[in-house]
Amino acid sequence: MGEFKVHRVRFFNYVPSGIRCVAYNNQSNRLAVSRTDGTVEIYNLSANYFQEKFFPGHESRATEALCWAKGQRLFSAGLNGEIIEYDLQALNIKYTMDAFGGPIWSMAVSPHGSQLLVGCEDGSVKLFQITPDKIQFERNFDRQKSRILSLSWHPSGTHIAAGSIDYISVFDVKSGSTVQKMLVDRQYMGVSKRKCIIWGVAFLSDGTVISVDSAGKVQFWDSATGTLVKNHLIANADVQSIAVSDQEDSFVVGTAEGTVFHFQLVSVTSNSSEKQWVRTKPFQHHTHDVRAVAHSPTALISGGTDTHLVIRPLMEKVEVKNYDAALRKITFPHRRLISCSKKRQLLLFQFTHHLELWRLGSTVATGKNGDTLPLSKNADHLLHLKTKGPENIICSCISPCGSWIAYSTTSRFFLYRLNYEHDNISLQRVSKMPAFLRSALQILFSEDSAKLFVASNQGSLHIIRLLEGSFKHLHTFQPQSGTVESMCLLAVSPDGNWLAASGTSAGVHVYNIKNLKLHCTVPSYNFPVTALAIAPNTNNLVIAHSDQQVFEYSIPDKQYTEWSRTIQKQGFHYLWLQRDTPITHISFHPKRPMHILLHDAYMFCIIDKSLPLPNDKTLFYNPLPPTNESDVIRRRTAHAFKISKIYKPLLFMDLLDERTLVAVERPLDDIIAQLPPPIKKKKFGT
Amino acid sequence: MAALEEGFTLSAVPLGAGPHGLLGVEQSDRPDQFLVTDGGRTVILYKVSDQKPLGSWSVKQGQVITCPAVCNFQTGEYIVVHDNKVLRIWSNEDVNLDKVFKATLSAEVYRIHSIQGTEPLVLFKEGAVRGLEALLAEPQQKIETVISDEEVIKWTKFFMVFRHPVLIFITEKHRNYFAYVQMFNSCTLSKYTLLLGHEEKSVIQRFTASVDRKVISLMSLSSDGCIYKSLIPIHPNDPEKNQRVVRSLLLKTVVSGNVRNGVALTVLDQDHIAVLGPPLPASKECVSIWNTKFQTLQTSKELPQGTSGQLWYYGENLFMLHGKFLTVIPYKCEVSSLAGALGKLKHSQDPGTQTVPHFVNWETSRGYGFGSQNSEQSKRILRRRKIEVSVQPPPSKQLLSTIKKDSEKRIVEELCKFLASKQTPDFHTIIGDIVLELLGRHKVEPSFYPRNALMQLIRTHVLSYSLCPGLMEVALEKTDVQMLQLCLQQFPDIPESVTCACLKIFLSISDDSLQEAEINMESVSDYIDSVQEEKMEEQTEILHNGFNPEEENCDNCDRELNKKPQDTAEETTSCPVIPKRAALLNAILHSAYSEMFLLPHLKDIPAQHVTLFLQYLYFLYLKCSENATMTLPGLHPPTLNQIMDWICLLLDANFTVVVMIPEAKRLLLSLYKFVKSQICICSELNKIEVSFRELQKLNQEKNNRELYSIEVLELF
Repeated sequence: MGEFKVHRVRFFNYVPSGIRCVAYNNQSNRLAVSRTDGTVEIYNLSANYFQEKFFPGHESRATEALCWAKGQRLFSAGLNGEIIEYDLQALNIKYTMDAFGGPIWSMAVSPHGSQLLVGCEDGSVKLFQITPDKIQFERNFDRQKSRILSLSWHPSGTHIAAGSIDYISVFDVKSGSTVQKMLVDRQYMGVSKRKCIIWGVAFLSDGTVISVDSAGKVQFWDSATGTLVKNHLIANADVQSIAVSDQEDSFVVGTAEGTVFHFQLVSVTSNSSEKQWVRTKPFQHHTHDVRAVAHSPTALISGGTDTHLVIRPLMEKVEVKNYDAALRKITFPHRRLISCSKKRQLLLFQFTHHLELWRLGSTVATGKNGDTLPLSKNADHLLHLKTKGPENIICSCISPCGSWIAYSTTSRFFLYRLNYEHDNISLQRVSKMPAFLRSALQILFSEDSAKLFVASNQGSLHIIRLLEGSFKHLHTFQPQSGTVESMCLLAVSPDGNWLAASGTSAGVHVYNIKNLKLHCTVPSYNFPVTALAIAPNTNNLVIAHSDQQVFEYSIPDKQYTEWSRTIQKQGFHYLWLQRDTPITHISFHPKRPMHILLHDAYMFCIIDKSLPLPNDKTLFYNPLPPTNESDVIRRRTAHAFKISKIYKPLLFMDLLDERTLVAVERPLDDIIAQLPPPIKKKKFGT
Repeated sequence: MAALEEGFTLSAVPLGAGPHGLLGVEQSDRPDQFLVTDGGRTVILYKVSDQKPLGSWSVKQGQVITCPAVCNFQTGEYIVVHDNKVLRIWSNEDVNLDKVFKATLSAEVYRIHSIQGTEPLVLFKEGAVRGLEALLAEPQQKIETVISDEEVIKWTKFFMVFRHPVLIFITEKHRNYFAYVQMFNSCTLSKYTLLLGHEEKSVIQRFTASVDRKVISLMSLSSDGCIYKSLIPIHPNDPEKNQRVVRSLLLKTVVSGNVRNGVALTVLDQDHIAVLGPPLPASKECVSIWNTKFQTLQTSKELPQGTSGQLWYYGENLFMLHGKFLTVIPYKCEVSSLAGALGKLKHSQDPGTQTVPHFVNWETSRGYGFGSQNSEQSKRILRRRKIEVSVQPPPSKQLLSTIKKDSEKRIVEELCKFLASKQTPDFHTIIGDIVLELLGRHKVEPSFYPRNALMQLIRTHVLSYSLCPGLMEVALEKTDVQMLQLCLQQFPDIPESVTCACLKIFLSISDDSLQEAEINMESVSDYIDSVQEEKMEEQTEILHNGFNPEEENCDNCDRELNKKPQDTAEETTSCPVIPKRAALLNAILHSAYSEMFLLPHLKDIPAQHVTLFLQYLYFLYLKCSENATMTLPGLHPPTLNQIMDWICLLLDANFTVVVMIPEAKRLLLSLYKFVKSQICICSELNKIEVSFRELQKLNQEKNNRELYSIEVLELF
């Protein structure tokens, strides 16, 4: 297959933001996740847990609450006091509205999905009516003494429970007045703490209110009488989140110690109708605070400061014990944060608020498999480019020649020209960007670095010709009439004739750049596209989907290639289909047209289309074969998928030239080392 | 294999004065009791196992009972019909049939049927059927005619099929036979014509029937001596149509042909039928059991005094007239197996040892009702159940009687024999009974203390404290430490008071008497060496000499402890009790308890014993702390938790006492010091944990490669 020199890069100092809220939508089986940097991500749980959309964050917009309303509308609210509705088609913010109550700590959508309730810093609970295109303030409930940290509707929609500091209030929705006030014990392990914060409440249809608080308690209250019914002390630290299943037969809480507890309503004795809440299962998948939990019909979902999104299927709810029943831990974004200039051997790293440009080192030594070569030159940190303004970077790209860098935030597009003079590097911003280039979802340079392709939200694609220090707008492909879906992925052919663009659900569009026309549309597939690339010479479009299927589509012939048909007929190896991270990048070998290089977070693979396809009986992950193995056996067991799992977690991999690979790893230990220390637990004695 | 047991005569009074013998034998609502109706005027209630009558009722002179008395299982009353139309209902308390409830009906009654689970049914001679309740509500109601003019009911039977009553009756008209099946859940009456096949000329003499899920198998004994079988569906395809039923030969010539009287047959179970009659023309009359599946004669019994040609079968008894007496012959059928036939299962046939299922059959104690003839399935179960019940007692009963009078040696022998035999489901209760019997005898004659037998019984692992409450009391009385140890190890449910009483004995018993006792030492063997006994002497010296009245306060004691390191050293290494006592105390440590109930009893232990026990616990604690896992070596040693719990319990219960006794105070101080040092270690460990973690991190980083490297990779 070949020998490569691999630039093994671990200096990409990326730390994902901690998870602040999760909201599960039962109808679409989607999960919205908000992070501490204000980013909101949408995961499609039906599409192999693929992160299909994201809304970039904003420094001043700390999201404190996230919820879905009727018609799959997503709202968030945060400490800047604004309620935000997101446009899930155009991938931008539809509108923001100030609630005029100071920072918003909590938000809840009514059971019918038509009313929105927010709890504010000033102790007010505000009711908004959700109209088809906006929300409208309706009225205030009785003002409370301190901030409202948690809210929950009674399933009938007549009452709400609001958790504040030291007490829980129950409001009547019709009158807006407090009907019950339940004081929470401040005692914590026998010591009176200053305050007891009600981090979460849940209102059940039988009138029970479940509260979780900073003293480590899970408490059951009778809302009719305002009395404490049951108390579970489950942690020595805060219990920060609670989520109840739709059937109200189980709920999940997350603690600051990183433990998630599952509570279930079980019969007191077998065959008895009397049921009680029992703490059934503790899960320790997190090291830090579990800030948010959600309860889907089949799984417990949790996320927190340690940045992992954990989806833990409930084995008793899973009907088929297949690979879907396995625990999922999602740490890295399902999109590329790294781009690479092959010519100059540069890597551009994208962070929340800055970009870093690195030049790879070099070596003159050679070695055999597994050797680490002595470096003749180490990698250099060339550039640290900070964004202007509070907005997070959406996307970035460096041109193949290395002389252009482009990035975009929600409201601004930046293009820089880089000049290299020996070891010096100078940066020049291209000013006067046209008004239509405001926000880009994806940026791509052509292979010869002469053209820039920008996928903006609203679904349009701009083509810009780059000249020395200036640019010229060539063309804009407007979206198909009637669609507003934004394109998230772009691929250009090396000869510069074809541009492929894909949104989240519709098929892949292929444009002819020469005559600026839509060439064809690859039929849409049930699962979203995770990566796109066009092969040199053949102009075959390779598409990877979130269900781990890979298609090869011949652009000139407007049909799937023979190889693609063969592999679809035979099916992928089951181990290939069982991988749980999507393919995020595809590239090609310049000299070997039969090879496709693709990678996900835990492996990279070179598909050699000339070799036979593996069937389910074939040994799929071939370990490095011993040297004494005869050639015959090796040839007999050889199959098209050459997989290496040496580098993980793998965020980026590309071929720099025929014999050189670059692999960017981000070891989890390095991320953990940058997180705040977890709550200390004693190891010795009691 | 089916077998007929020795029969017995039910009544010495000649019955069946009439030429037709008895009218009928019917079950009553109590098991083992049967209503026998003779051909004349009398109904007698018999208890079969006692072979005696329980009651007898007669109708007035001039009246004749025309239909056998039956029992209404729903009310427990008896019903009889005399003079065809007069219904009488009475109960056990009634004496005179003349004064009981009477109802005169408008039509002549053929039979009253009553079986468990449904109300009695009255079948009229004209073929109509009425429920008793409906009939009594309006006795004079008009009864319709179902069968045609010259048809005569010959035989009838009543079944329960899936909880629904089904009545079948056979009529004859000009040598043609018809079967009527009346379903009561759907109120359908189906008529079938019985086709006789080529044996046209033969006359059917007797009928019997059994019911399967969907079909009634009607068996008929013809005058040619053969048994034929006809299958009648319970749920007919077309009830309106007159359907035909053919009969097939089931058994050939079971009785000699051309015998007019004295033949009868009844179905016993799926595969067996009983036939009454002479097998050969010349021979005497006999009752014989035939296996229909294999067409073999299983067994037969001669009835030399002749019989009336009537046969009833209830539960597991066959009733028939033998001469002038009602005779009962118990019948039993064991499941036959090929292995049994070949002799592989021979042991299971040994007398006295029964093959009993290993699960406990909860229904054995509930008594057994007699299944009626119609449900073959339940009858089989019942029969098996009864075998169990009737055969179980002998070995244990024999043993119990042995216990009452024989010598201990003999008892042990018998006990061995009993224990060697197979365990029955209620083995534990029997063992409990035996223990109670032994203890009972001990109470009456105190010299009788069957220690070996009791030990043997405890070792069966089935006893518990609640099964033989007196046992441990007796052992305590006798200070039988070996048995107490055994009980503590075996019984799961010893009350705290008894545990505490054991503890008192274990602590107070002298070393000399302990030396004689045979005690299981497995829990101590590994950490107390046998040389210990010599050290004991020194140990006691230290105890008595260690105290100095001047060193009252803690600091002084501290100093004293520090000053005399050799003392503490000795204390840590030597066990304060001899190994046998240690083994006994370990049994206490292992026993289950609830603090709340134990604490009050612990207060009663004398101070020096408390001290001794504390010393022992302290010793165990030190031993535990010697290794990193905090466990003691050996088989079933006390765990650290048990030791600490008992230390706490003892101190809680006797704190005021302990602080007053000089030697205990000293012990307390060293215990305090030791616990304090342990806490110190833990807190120090907690302090340096961070450093440990840093070290670990450093270690990891060393393994970690550089942030950037160029490596060679070869893909194959």
